[in-house]
Amino acid sequence: MSGRILTYRQAVAEAIAEEMSRDERVFIMGEDVGKHGGAFAATKGLFDKFGPGRVKDTPISESVIIGAGVGAALTGMRPIVEIMYMDFICMAMDSIANQAAKVKYMFGGHVHVPLTIRTAFGAGRGNAAQHSQSLETWLTLIPGLLVVMPSTPYDAKGLLKSAIRNDNPVVVIENKLLYGESEDVPEAEYLVPIGKAAIRREGKDVTIIATSRMCKFAESATKKLVEEGIDVELIDPRTLKPLDMDTISASIAKTHRVVVVNEGHSTGGFSNEISSKIMDRCFYDLDAPVMRVASEDVPIPYNSILENEVIPAEKDILAGVHKTIEV
Amino acid sequence: MGKQLDAETLVDRYKLMLRIRFHEEAIKILFTQGKIGGTTHLYIGQEAIAAGVVAQLRKDDFISSTHRGHGHMLAKGGELKPMLAEILGRADGYCKGKGGSMHIASITLGNLGANGIVSGGLPIAVGSGLSAKMRGTDQITVVSFGDGAANEGNTHESMNLASLWKLPVLFLFENNRYAVSTETSRSMAGSMEKRAAGYDIPFSLVDGNDLEAVHFAAEDAIAYVRSGKGPFVMQGDTYRIEGHYYGDAMVYRTTEEVDTWRMNDPIQRVEKLVVERGVLNETDYQAIRNEIQQQVDEAVAFAEACPQPAIESIFEDVYTEWQA
Repeated sequence: MSGRILTYRQAVAEAIAEEMSRDERVFIMGEDVGKHGGAFAATKGLFDKFGPGRVKDTPISESVIIGAGVGAALTGMRPIVEIMYMDFICMAMDSIANQAAKVKYMFGGHVHVPLTIRTAFGAGRGNAAQHSQSLETWLTLIPGLLVVMPSTPYDAKGLLKSAIRNDNPVVVIENKLLYGESEDVPEAEYLVPIGKAAIRREGKDVTIIATSRMCKFAESATKKLVEEGIDVELIDPRTLKPLDMDTISASIAKTHRVVVVNEGHSTGGFSNEISSKIMDRCFYDLDAPVMRVASEDVPIPYNSILENEVIPAEKDILAGVHKTIEV
Repeated sequence: MGKQLDAETLVDRYKLMLRIRFHEEAIKILFTQGKIGGTTHLYIGQEAIAAGVVAQLRKDDFISSTHRGHGHMLAKGGELKPMLAEILGRADGYCKGKGGSMHIASITLGNLGANGIVSGGLPIAVGSGLSAKMRGTDQITVVSFGDGAANEGNTHESMNLASLWKLPVLFLFENNRYAVSTETSRSMAGSMEKRAAGYDIPFSLVDGNDLEAVHFAAEDAIAYVRSGKGPFVMQGDTYRIEGHYYGDAMVYRTTEEVDTWRMNDPIQRVEKLVVERGVLNETDYQAIRNEIQQQVDEAVAFAEACPQPAIESIFEDVYTEWQA
């Protein structure tokens, strides 16, 4: 069945609306998610449809936004909480890392935490160092959390719906510069499974693994590489935790070369995690070292010329692929 | 004379306070014997607060507790055997040996957990209060916190939101005078009364070592919160007789100060009261003490005989399983 064109932000809002209609325990709270429709307009229309009882504007109190989400999730609700910019999770890290992620295990498994945490990340908008970070590895390192990072409107909707129905705390990391992207999104009900990567293009020469907005850069790089005669296989992990290593391993068994692209910093960013898991599982399939394309180890600068130099770009992906092919 | 508890309730609460005290005393012995890992924070000296507040909650009400949480759990209906089994890290403990002293919880008893993070329980209580309100029930949530947590940002975020949304949360401020080694006068500017007023939350202050005073103040606070008017802050002034953790050298306070508070022991005060009122004589309460001590001894024996958790359980309960 064909769909209609939806933007990424519309897909997010539609996922929330569908799940709120489906299950009265689902509600959303966060800063400016109500009448204002969210800082990135990703909750637009929800307030009018569901009212202030279920679409709740909160004070700027990130710790209690998420902590209250935990308390509500433990006692019969299925909250969606929004942290406007991912950088602001620093204000809420106890509620995420010490509470949401750990109560199930610490309490002997007798509880569930059906909590969805939505947040927006990423550089490229001139937002400077406190509104641009890619902090996903702070979350993936905490056992008990699931972490997803959709790169398309289709996945933004399907993964968010899966997150809301999941009985674990799921962090859904959206990208600020993808909110305006659009594509065909089916009207019929669908879910995108948590823990399953997408193969965006099949190829036999080299595997590019790219997350979130880096998929866009990888796609444009792939076009050029294919024109050069390099047959690229492009994988979008979609879920960072748990990472779909079956799909990644199968690809590397075929291509023997891999370039990992992630907007996080070169030190400690998620490209390292993917790379080390590849070393664990695929070392003997590799014909060349794993190439990583990541942000420089500096805060994100304000000036756009500097900013674009710090974060990965198409040219960096092309260079990474050329380097691995030359080996 | 203020209001008085009826004889039956008084004896019931006395027994609860003894259960808490003897449970904590048993932990001291187990700790000294090297049978308890990590650290343990004892509730000795504060029993009148758990017994006066938490014990009168309904079974379907919620509590959110602290790292010094054994008393709250026992007052909410926790049983000695799985409590002590958990503190010994055994498979039959409340948390299958994975939580320990600082994380005892039971969703069926309405305990949303002791909490190893100072102030970590307050946002959770706000969420539990929000949940009750959204589900249209009259359940309330009592969140205990100390003078240490009073100065955390969480506490202010939580009081603000609870008041703003008129959530059924009773903020139970147990001022036990010390945040680890730092006395309240060196950590807290202003007062909790003024802070509560700042958030437009009603407030009461009681002698936290006086069971009846605590009980009746809590009765009023609980009624207010349950009526849907919003949160309430209740302060009980008390004293942590033991150190921050068991084994603390307590160089930050004098023996004289501790001895003064020992003279104000909440359990001795109840024993004096029951004799004065003719509810029990000394022989009666000695018999009760023996009975409770025996329960605790049996629970210790049970806990020590409990199996260790299976190694495979390491990987259990990290996640709730989901359909891919």
